[in-house]
Amino acid sequence: MINNLRINKNNFIDQTIRISFKFNGKKLFGYKGDTLASALLANNIHLVGRSFKYHRPRGIMTCGSEEPNAIVQVGKDSSLTEPNVRATEIELYEGLEAFSQNCWPSINFDIGGINNFLSPLLPAGFYYKTFMWPASFWEKYEFFIRHSAGLGKSPTKPDQDLYDHQYVHCDVLVIGGGISGILSAKLSVAKGLNTMLIDDKDYLGGSTIYQDDDIFKINNENSNVWLKKQIETLNKIPNLTIKHRTSVAAFHGYNYLLARENLIDHLNIDERKGKIRQRLWKIRAKKVVIATGAIERPLVFSNNDRPGVILSSSIKKYIDYYGVKTGENISLFTNNDSAYETAISLNKSGVKVKVIIDIREDSNSILSEQVEKSGIKILKGYTVIDTDGYKRIKSFDVMKLSKDGGSVVGNKITYKSDCLGISGGWTPMVHLFTQSGGKLKFRNNDNVFIPDENKTPSKQISVGSSNGDFELDDVINNTVKNIKIFLGLDKNDFENLNIKCSKEKQKRNIWLLPSNKPISKTKPFLDFQNDSTAKDVKLALREGFKSIEHVKRYTTTGMGTDQGKLSNMHALGIIADTTGTNMGDLGTTTFRPPYTPLTFGAIVGRNVGKFFDHTRRTAIHDWHVKNKAEFENVGQWKRPWYFPKNGETMHQSVQRESKAARESAGILDASTLGKIDIQGEDASEFLNRVYTNAWSKLAIGKCRYGLMLNEDGMVYDDGVTTRLAENHYIMSTTTGGAANVLSKLEDYLQTEWPELNVYLTTVTDQYSTMSICGPNSKKIIKKVIPNLDLSDQSFPHMSFKNSKINNVKCRIMRISFTGEHSYEINVQSNYAKDVWERCIEAGKEFNITPYGTETMHLLRAEKGFIITGQDTDGTLTPSDLQMDWIIGKKKYDFIGKRSLYRSDTIREDRKQLVGLLTDDPKEVLEEGAQLVESLDKPIEMLGHVTSSYFSPNLNKSIALAVVRSGKKLKGKKLIVPMENKNINVTITDTVFYDKENKRLNA
Amino acid sequence: MFIINCPYCGERDQSEFSCGGEAHIERPKQPTELSDDQWAEYLFMRKNIKGIQFERWNHIHGCRKWFNVVRDTSNDKIHAVYKMGERPPIK
Repeated sequence: MINNLRINKNNFIDQTIRISFKFNGKKLFGYKGDTLASALLANNIHLVGRSFKYHRPRGIMTCGSEEPNAIVQVGKDSSLTEPNVRATEIELYEGLEAFSQNCWPSINFDIGGINNFLSPLLPAGFYYKTFMWPASFWEKYEFFIRHSAGLGKSPTKPDQDLYDHQYVHCDVLVIGGGISGILSAKLSVAKGLNTMLIDDKDYLGGSTIYQDDDIFKINNENSNVWLKKQIETLNKIPNLTIKHRTSVAAFHGYNYLLARENLIDHLNIDERKGKIRQRLWKIRAKKVVIATGAIERPLVFSNNDRPGVILSSSIKKYIDYYGVKTGENISLFTNNDSAYETAISLNKSGVKVKVIIDIREDSNSILSEQVEKSGIKILKGYTVIDTDGYKRIKSFDVMKLSKDGGSVVGNKITYKSDCLGISGGWTPMVHLFTQSGGKLKFRNNDNVFIPDENKTPSKQISVGSSNGDFELDDVINNTVKNIKIFLGLDKNDFENLNIKCSKEKQKRNIWLLPSNKPISKTKPFLDFQNDSTAKDVKLALREGFKSIEHVKRYTTTGMGTDQGKLSNMHALGIIADTTGTNMGDLGTTTFRPPYTPLTFGAIVGRNVGKFFDHTRRTAIHDWHVKNKAEFENVGQWKRPWYFPKNGETMHQSVQRESKAARESAGILDASTLGKIDIQGEDASEFLNRVYTNAWSKLAIGKCRYGLMLNEDGMVYDDGVTTRLAENHYIMSTTTGGAANVLSKLEDYLQTEWPELNVYLTTVTDQYSTMSICGPNSKKIIKKVIPNLDLSDQSFPHMSFKNSKINNVKCRIMRISFTGEHSYEINVQSNYAKDVWERCIEAGKEFNITPYGTETMHLLRAEKGFIITGQDTDGTLTPSDLQMDWIIGKKKYDFIGKRSLYRSDTIREDRKQLVGLLTDDPKEVLEEGAQLVESLDKPIEMLGHVTSSYFSPNLNKSIALAVVRSGKKLKGKKLIVPMENKNINVTITDTVFYDKENKRLNA
Repeated sequence: MFIINCPYCGERDQSEFSCGGEAHIERPKQPTELSDDQWAEYLFMRKNIKGIQFERWNHIHGCRKWFNVVRDTSNDKIHAVYKMGERPPIK
């Protein structure tokens, strides 16, 4: 029974532009201006999804962002498909393809629907209770649970769309383009303030813009006509920016807000190419006006979730705005006056309203009297107790309410209807206010939480129905009055408007409506998306959950993609009623950003792919690329890892590079090491305080290795520092520690030792460093710098000379991280590649071999040199590393000194650095592997492997490890238990190669 | 994301700064003369107040200067900003 439910009367849909789209593979059409939801309803399609837990058929229930049911998968493309999109918010475009979610094999026949009949077995906390024991079974349950749960499908390929971020500053930000937002913006721009007006729809005017009835008049015009004229004057105001299709996601402190603007989702696919899809606005506003309106509440009664049960105000919008009838035979069920507005709209459009069920006894307002006059039947003091129909509501049962509203009396009456509008009153949208840190107060007479103007954290104001004003005269008068004070305005045009509207006379609210059946036999849904019912909330309370936050998590009420926009108030109300608490005392759950879901694309903006993080390349990078280096990421740096030749594996390359460096000559690009230039008359004293060893006596032209601790005594960084002149040093740090070391040193200089005259400058990028090592390194340097005296007397180990390579000034240091005779050349970075190539050329006859970080690690491990961050992890003291020799015991103080003899740091059973040799010399240990003494359970872990390599120079496997009391355990046999074998190892000295350091001067 | 009034640069976004924890904890002049407990007091003990807290901040992506901030941790309101070495303008 597909028929067109479009009426030919309206100002908002362009019925000259037909748009075709597909839903679940079926070709349908709508018009320009439709949402997917309105187009589906025009095609008489209500059933759009299955519920999460019981797989009950669900239909479109609202017309906005609060929609719990009509969430669909849009598009089929594996990189552009988007799950969990609200059909009520997608603007229709040519070629739109949407699918129902959470149903299999199809929306009309869903196997999971069997859960509906099992529902007595699936109470709140079912999964928690059932799948806890035995714990080891979880792996088996998980597959089935994950398979049957879940909403849409994620795209499987990278997103091809463009996203953008933009900052904006304004005097006044107005959130919401309804009547109160428009008035606020007009007042703000009239004062000359730089104003931004944001609305999530493609049009302005909120719900007033289609309120076309002479009950609601402003200055003798129907309210929609008056508002339309106001909106027209907004065009071309230079100090006003209007953002359509933009939704504020987050309101942070200090008036910092995030808003997502949709730029192309409403366009036809072929018009989108090359355009930005979404822009995330980062807004800093001096003042914020929240005019986000209110959303209608449903009513909670048994089987209130059938397709065809729709919020009453949404029925009104579908007929007045989209010109779509949500049924041929509509009834309304309400506890307030707004359903009567819907009845008037339907009546005018020629849709028969069968009956209005009003739980109030007496509601003789202008609105209700007008409806009564039109001959629509009204049952006062009645309630709906149940509905019937599976994929669409067919009928509903009504009974009279008792005086106290706690039960039903009399006989059941059944009405046939294909659509039931429900209205349980209104909930102000206070999400953004509370996100910003504002506190709410509870208004008892109509059960709403509204912003407490005395507990507002920043310069902001809530106006209109988001501030709890629901009647047209209150909305306008209070908005104008409050904005006048907020913005400090003089007289204005809106102060004495002649406003005519209906006023609600009676209020009555029952959170859980009574039924003629015991509650256990009913299904009164609260959270439609997560399938939680009033029964679940009551069960949670019986089981001892008291806090609203706990009840929420236990029952999952309010935890769907709609974040409980429709369900939270009823859950609170039912808890308050059941426990005899005042709702105001109970408080609400926390509203957290985002207000509506954000795409990952909008969050990351342009920071994807190569823009995700900075990449740092050394000045010699191009040479490495040309020579086929494999690269390793070290922080943001790209460092050559190894240089494979002729299809070598990494292992083969590293073995070759390591042998070459020890047998002839190797060259390493060490430019990434941090370099800090230290100058000032107190530079020596400064170094004394930051390093563990003594510095005052270091002669000019000499280098010294230093260890830097944290104040807690743990090793933080290390490196060689060279005294260039009396008051001038250059410090080198680890690659990864460079920025932090500089910050730490700055911190001490500025805050603890401001009396020291010392200046720190980072020169990591300005200088490039290449290290040439091996027995032939001296000959190569001799070739590159023929006139430099390289004798050990003139240029001993741990000293430096200024020199020139082909007229390029350089600093040459004789320092070694490999244990070989080595030179480190530092040159200005823009000459580095040239100098590097000269060294390579000069070294050709000695088979100079470029090596990467892996060989560097291997060579230093052979010598037992630590790498901070690999062999240390912030829990090791110098003594733990067997480096007691570097502690300046005579020094009065240095960073971390006092901590070296705390009761904890002098324990002898601390983990300490040792060497390890495997009994089988070919067996290479895994870094991170655990060390144990025996395999008897419970197994005690004694430590772990920190570095491990196969040494080609020793022709055996070597490793460094930290082991409890390791210093005392030399010669001890330990076991490294692996998944499929146990490896026997022996604790040794940490130095494996050239223990006498003969090679340094070889 | 709050706005911090750097005493050297003026008002800037929080993202330019890093927080260095509680302020006015002076490094002892003679650490070697302290007992384990006294040293531990300096090293480890920090307040975690809900309310007015004195903090060190560094304009790390700006002038790189350290300074002090008086912040109410319950609502991020900044009551005062002052340079290193200066006394807190409020108690």
